[in-house]
Amino acid sequence: MITCNVTFDLYKSNMAARLLSKTFLLPVRGRFAVSALSYPARCKSSGQPLTQEVSEELSDEAIFSHEHVELRRSLNKIIENDINPHVDEWENAKIFPAHQVFKKLGDAGFLGVNRPPEYGGLGLDYSYNVAVAEELGNIKCGAIPMAIGVQTDMATPALARFGSDLVKKEFLAPSISGDKVACLGVSEVGAGSDVSSIKTTAKKSGGDYIINGGKMWTTNGLQADWMCLLANTSDGPPHRNKSLICLPMDLPGIEKAKIDKIGMWSSDTAQIFLEDVRVPQSYLIGDEGMGFTYQMLQFQEERLWGAAASIVPLDTVINETAEYTKQRKIFGQPLLNNQAVHFKLAELQTEVECLRSLIYRATGMYIQGKDVTKLASMAKLKGGRLAREVTDCCLQYWGGMGYTSDVMVSRAHRDFRLLSIGGGADEVMMSIIAKYMGTLPKLKPQ
Amino acid sequence: MWPIFDYGRFVSIISSSDVYGVVWMRSLAQLHKMANLRVLVGVKRVIDYAVKIRVKPDNSGVVTDGVKHSMNPFCEIAMEEAVRLKEKKLAKEIIAVSCGPAQAQETIRTALAMGADRGIHVEVTGKSIDGDNNQTGQMTAALLDWPQATFASEVTKENDHLKVVREIDGGLETVKVTLPAVITADLRLNEPRYATLPNIMKAKKKKIAKHKAADFGVDLTPTLEVVGVEDPPVRQAGQKVESTEELVAKLKDSGVV
Repeated sequence: MITCNVTFDLYKSNMAARLLSKTFLLPVRGRFAVSALSYPARCKSSGQPLTQEVSEELSDEAIFSHEHVELRRSLNKIIENDINPHVDEWENAKIFPAHQVFKKLGDAGFLGVNRPPEYGGLGLDYSYNVAVAEELGNIKCGAIPMAIGVQTDMATPALARFGSDLVKKEFLAPSISGDKVACLGVSEVGAGSDVSSIKTTAKKSGGDYIINGGKMWTTNGLQADWMCLLANTSDGPPHRNKSLICLPMDLPGIEKAKIDKIGMWSSDTAQIFLEDVRVPQSYLIGDEGMGFTYQMLQFQEERLWGAAASIVPLDTVINETAEYTKQRKIFGQPLLNNQAVHFKLAELQTEVECLRSLIYRATGMYIQGKDVTKLASMAKLKGGRLAREVTDCCLQYWGGMGYTSDVMVSRAHRDFRLLSIGGGADEVMMSIIAKYMGTLPKLKPQ
Repeated sequence: MWPIFDYGRFVSIISSSDVYGVVWMRSLAQLHKMANLRVLVGVKRVIDYAVKIRVKPDNSGVVTDGVKHSMNPFCEIAMEEAVRLKEKKLAKEIIAVSCGPAQAQETIRTALAMGADRGIHVEVTGKSIDGDNNQTGQMTAALLDWPQATFASEVTKENDHLKVVREIDGGLETVKVTLPAVITADLRLNEPRYATLPNIMKAKKKKIAKHKAADFGVDLTPTLEVVGVEDPPVRQAGQKVESTEELVAKLKDSGVV
């Protein structure tokens, strides 16, 4: 029997040193020093928290299996290696390289999870989309998951379901492979929540449509190769005169202007101007006049996705706040020792789990073919409200540090404020829920 | 100490730490083409390489609870090399093996998602992490009485042997090893691919065989006892000197020269 004293020369470990010299070193951030705690695991080189390990326990959830866990593990690696190291840089530059990032994700198969295999998708059910959405929450900002979500779950559902083979080959397949960046053109300067009052027109001329008008709040607007555009294609009742058209973004007559926002900085949100833009009629998705209906169907997935993408960031904010307040001393004790703090964090964590359950439940029903408009709207509503409450409350516990640009909680506070507004404002969600409850007053005919 | 799998004669590629990235290739007579080869790759779940390691307060080991774990990156590199061999039609089947607790199966599943055809899990209880001891490959070669080429940064097949470029302190060394042989994988051997979603879904149908160490008649009683684990001494501040003479004087005084 050999006994020996082992000194772990870990900091000079051969293997680790060689690996780190190969990997992109995360930028050293701020004066924020945290003492040794096992959660979250900290990166050797930068002291920044690593993303959480994807636990096998996830497969205990009703909607997840071992494959969902493997999917999340693989996506976690891409995020850890190719996305997170660059987030700070992209946030400062106020744009991220969409083509580069989407191609990486597309190559690994993450952009067409529930899309038809004939066009490069995997034909899996929606629970896999939710797994992707949730895992994307490990990205250290809100902008990039949002941009990915537009590509996978907001600009393409109607195209995948109702588009002709021609438009699917031209627009869907490259969006799934990550070769083309997509954006969604629905909201306008004068019409956000009130989708039926959009003014953009698409008039027939020869074999084309001539498009006039504009779009607002277009995520990916500057970098997109094509837009899923909602326009009025005829006169008539506002719910039946609109159509969805695939619009290439390099056509003459299209102007783009970047919008400066208080959060979601890496995302290029643009105002789009459309003046006599000519597009072939073959780029119509499905049937003319059905655009409004298609868009309403698209919204279910958009809303569920938005809620799912917010859960992990909220978990992270709560956990990082717990860690910060554990080492931050006030009047001789860790700030976390105050009941007000650890009780509140417990409550907030409870709410996050409730939201998670709501999303999983809605997903479970959706993959069985049920209509989940009510639950999806509830999930979106709750997500928006909870994101505001969690980030605001936790920021308070960070004190002065929470007000600086160096910490994750202030970025989360700015980024997730959007959740109550974009993708369907809270007020719209409440109207939908009220309608299902039978409490929405009937509008007088105009 | 490690169980030996009786798959005939092999070449093994192992990582340059005591975690084994073992690639076994069954080598039939020189007449047979390499396409008949089956490849066995060892994979291990260890503390994520980017984690800042902490020593336990009682100095009995390092903190592993709640710490992020992932597949040893060198195992990923070994796995990638195996997949490339299969893509070049030099190997027919890839088998991933892991010795460890139940969680080792997750690592095998990741290997299946990367391209292994089936997995073997040998249940070994008790915790272990990668001690970076650089022993497994060499020990395996000794036990099998095969030639070895360690720290490989490039592996090419030439007729009936392998040409391996090794990274050594002085630079690069090229060696020729006859089959069967043991090769250990180094950092620059390749860049492992991400497990793509299509492969993850295909992995669903792949099987993992479960065994206990006793099934192979292996005695797991440790022959090594870890008495203590400590942080390395904190680096002392240096001293500045004004001139070469002063430097020499100081070195003489301290007895170094």
